[in-house]
Amino acid sequence: MTEAEPASKADVPANDNLPVTVIEAESGLGLAILTDVWRFRELLLFLIWRDVKIRYKQTVVGVFWAVLQPVAVMGVMTFALGRVAGQPGAATPYWLFVLTGLVPWTFLSTAVSGAGMSVVANQQLVTKVYFPRVLLPLSAAGLAGVDFLVGCLVLAVAAPLAGGIEPGWHLLALPLAVGVLALVASGLGLLLAAVTVKYRDFRVVLPLLMQMWLFLTPAIYLQVPGGFGPVGEVIQMLNPAHGVIAAFRAAALGTAFDWAALASSAAVGVVVFAVGLWYFHKIERSFADVI
Amino acid sequence: MHPAIKVENLSKRYELGGGPPGGRTLAETLSATLGGVGRLFRRGPAATPTATGSREFWALRDVSFSVNPGEMIGVIGRNGAGKSTLLKVLSRIVQPTAGRAEVRGRMGSLLEVGTGFHPELSGRENVYLNGSILGMTRREITKKFDAIVAFAGVEQFLDTPVKRYSSGMYVRLAFAVAAHLEPEILIVDEVLAVGDQAFQQKCTQQMRSVGRGGRTVLFVSHNMPAVQNLCTRCVWLKGGRVMADGPAAEVIEAYNRDVADVGGAEVDLTSHRGRTPDSVVAMQRVRVMNDADGRSPAVPMRGTARIEVAFAHTEAISDVTLGVVVKDAYHLPIFGPNTKVTVCPTQPTPLKAGTITCRLPDLPLMPGTYPIDLYFGSRTHDFDVVYNAVELTVLPADVFGTGKLPPPNAGNICWPATWEIVGDVVENPPV
Repeated sequence: MTEAEPASKADVPANDNLPVTVIEAESGLGLAILTDVWRFRELLLFLIWRDVKIRYKQTVVGVFWAVLQPVAVMGVMTFALGRVAGQPGAATPYWLFVLTGLVPWTFLSTAVSGAGMSVVANQQLVTKVYFPRVLLPLSAAGLAGVDFLVGCLVLAVAAPLAGGIEPGWHLLALPLAVGVLALVASGLGLLLAAVTVKYRDFRVVLPLLMQMWLFLTPAIYLQVPGGFGPVGEVIQMLNPAHGVIAAFRAAALGTAFDWAALASSAAVGVVVFAVGLWYFHKIERSFADVI
Repeated sequence: MHPAIKVENLSKRYELGGGPPGGRTLAETLSATLGGVGRLFRRGPAATPTATGSREFWALRDVSFSVNPGEMIGVIGRNGAGKSTLLKVLSRIVQPTAGRAEVRGRMGSLLEVGTGFHPELSGRENVYLNGSILGMTRREITKKFDAIVAFAGVEQFLDTPVKRYSSGMYVRLAFAVAAHLEPEILIVDEVLAVGDQAFQQKCTQQMRSVGRGGRTVLFVSHNMPAVQNLCTRCVWLKGGRVMADGPAAEVIEAYNRDVADVGGAEVDLTSHRGRTPDSVVAMQRVRVMNDADGRSPAVPMRGTARIEVAFAHTEAISDVTLGVVVKDAYHLPIFGPNTKVTVCPTQPTPLKAGTITCRLPDLPLMPGTYPIDLYFGSRTHDFDVVYNAVELTVLPADVFGTGKLPPPNAGNICWPATWEIVGDVVENPPV
């Protein structure tokens, strides 16, 4: 092996203490992804900041998109479904009921669809620069998270004003509900991000799946207590959105808390997260080859 | 001192022909699975996987070499030799199939400038974004911000969205960010082929100062003069394998000799990537060779190059016209004769098919590889234009009789000069 002398040996600093990166064909469960996220946390924040800034600059509505989206859907739902799905005489007016369901739902669906498309949408980056690919679906979820915070602010204003709700101990359960929400969103986001890269036609299927998911989660829009029958009950238990949205509403409004539903949401969330992480890690190594 | 980069038996395999680019679709996978299940219920020979013509392609095969800290290494080879794949594996964009590499220190990769630039964001915002993507911390970017902006020369336009920048400004800003990365190891892929002459010089200087600062640089390029200028050592890749690894001048010479050995630089033009979209396929094949023996594809300096273009067209052309533009490694044209401006014998009859031969006598080009654009048509207009149709390889020759040639960074043209030295007549000699 030939060795060429550098221009001046004195100029070259000793490299014994430098970090060593080993590059080889990878295997493993993908837990390394989690440490990667911490190491690249600044870049993650930059990516979220980029998406937020772009949204402000590109839309007339800008900041208000985060307010407009749930409020507009709430308006349409109240108008269209109010009489059928609402319960007259309930403590919570229908519009507030729907709004407290829509804010977490908007976060879930935006985070999941955004994450699902994130790798494909950023293929330029993926093929040219190294960074842990997991940052892409997470930054999409982060963007949805920013909107979510704005939505929560709207709720914080609307609930006391119109619904006569007062802040109380129930608010302490909010972080719990939000935590499960984040778990479900990121797990599903990771899974779909990888699936969308491997199977290109999935991009078209994704919006359809989101629509279906909305209708399969009556917790969002159905105030009238419904007997769903045994099959319906099973679907509710398996639907990670169900328990967490009901819990969010209960924590926000101080109504009865369904611990069983939240627990099943959390359990499904953990499974989805584990599967999502494993699958993402498995497909990640071929992203740049396939994209 | 440990090696900065140690590559051991690195290999990368791609699978070709296994479906449309971008992976299979769900539909295909589902039907393949269902088909498989269906076969379980049928009597007959054991199910064989459908031969979709899946072929293997080894982009890298058992590549091994070692780079010491502070070295500047050039990676050379023909197109498709595996240079970019090697960089991608070392940059961790793509995973190796086998083997390993050890990299000591922070590694910065420049595979393209402006990675992550978003047109809606301002110059300032893009500097932060791009810098972060390349691996700088926010504090680092702030510290170097003024230097980056000064290097690019865009102080006045920092707060306008990048989509309003001219392409030159865009490229300068993008390179400025990349140039201020201070990793221990820098990997560069022909990024220097951007911008105007003055800017390119700035970039080359930057690369050289990075190298002098004790950093290790891995540089991939087709531009032999640049490689020879900047690099102490060269690794030559061919077909994914290491052919040579040693002092730059020797390896480049071996590479040039190998290129000359390839029998017949004939290129099929019928489906060439460089054809413009509104061209008609009229040129079929092109061959570049040394006119002296009519065979070797490389031409010595001051020799005569012969370019033969075989054409076939649906209508007969009464005045076949060919233009040949010889370009440098940066794809800037050097000279471009055509049949309309030089003396050209008239053709006897209108032709539907034939061969047109161009001879370039007394080539004044320095050793290297020069892409050629071809413009084919009739006297009135060129209806078949192919960019980078073929390459002309020029070999070193002792044109001055001194055994020496001008340095490679003194330009593409080798032109003779005569010299005269006269002493001054001293009127009043000093006391």
